[in-house]
Amino acid sequence: MPLEKQKQQYNDMVNRIKPKPPVLRNVFWAFITGGLISLIGQLILSFYRSQGLNINDAGAATSATLVFLAAFLTGLGIYDEITRRAGAGSIVPITGFANSMVAPAMEYRAEGLVFGVGARLFTVAGPVLVFGMVAAWVAGILYYFFR
Amino acid sequence: MAALKKNGRQTVWFQNPPAIIAAASIAGSKEGDGPLGKTFDKVVEDPYFGEKTWEKAEQRMLQEAMQKVLEKAGLNFRDIDFMLAGDLLNQIICANFTARGLSIPFLGLYGACSTMYEGMALAAIMIDGGFAERVLVGSSSHYSTAEKQYRFPTELGVQRPMTAQWTVTGAGAVILAREGAGPVVTHATIGKVIDLGQGDPNDMGAAMAPAAADTIVRHLLDTARQPDYYDLF
Repeated sequence: MPLEKQKQQYNDMVNRIKPKPPVLRNVFWAFITGGLISLIGQLILSFYRSQGLNINDAGAATSATLVFLAAFLTGLGIYDEITRRAGAGSIVPITGFANSMVAPAMEYRAEGLVFGVGARLFTVAGPVLVFGMVAAWVAGILYYFFR
Repeated sequence: MAALKKNGRQTVWFQNPPAIIAAASIAGSKEGDGPLGKTFDKVVEDPYFGEKTWEKAEQRMLQEAMQKVLEKAGLNFRDIDFMLAGDLLNQIICANFTARGLSIPFLGLYGACSTMYEGMALAAIMIDGGFAERVLVGSSSHYSTAEKQYRFPTELGVQRPMTAQWTVTGAGAVILAREGAGPVVTHATIGKVIDLGQGDPNDMGAAMAPAAADTIVRHLLDTARQPDYYDLF
């Protein structure tokens, strides 16, 4: 049998017998966790507003608080346990971004501050930043010419 | 002309089958909770094993397994002709640092999951070929060092797919000898690398199965054995 055909047949078999992810359960937990994080964010935002911050400052303070909480939970080894169940529910919010920065920092601390933490800090978050900056740059150019 | 001690395409056989005269193992807590838990010489609950890094912990496990197997066989390092060992990390550092401590002529191996088997096959070849009396073989892996090297930081939140595998935390060592009591190595079938195009790093099973199946079939053909010769596949 030609190799390409063999590969195709094998691939079909693997896809047929591979265990399927529990999509409904995953979606449910993603919805609950993502919603809960958003709710906590809203409570924090309302609190800062009630203390007299304007909407922009309160938003920035809320982000900073959520990032701190996520970094703290990562340090305690809890955040990855949450995400194991919640999936995108705790990866997509800003807390997931905090987790993706703190996790490599902890992992590579043993290899020193410069070549460990410094060099590896963005191994996970790097692509988000690179494409985020490129997208912002493109949007800025478009805005400049077409506003 | 075919080689004297080779059967068929991929199998070698041993004229004086070397014996596995001693074996030792040490494993992490997850493995200790598993069905083989009672069979390990030592179960280490702390993933750091009292060291500063996971890599040092893995290296210490391999070293302790090596020392344990020597102790069980009642031998010391001068009785061993060669040491064959490997692990999953860059430059097989765990095996190298263990060899540094043992002062035995050392051959480093990298066969990923097959390193232990590769070592035992080569040790048997060395002994039956008359190049060694006793060979020490070992390998190690550690869940956290493997995750760190091949996948993501361990504290990063990810949802593992259903096919994800879990690298063993542990180390094993055996001593093969020309003379002595124990199960003997009669044949060794060397497998081929077979790539049927599976590209998902979270499904190693599907990637490795074709090579395993091919090696098993080739072993049966080369040795003219029927599947019922073995109790279990």
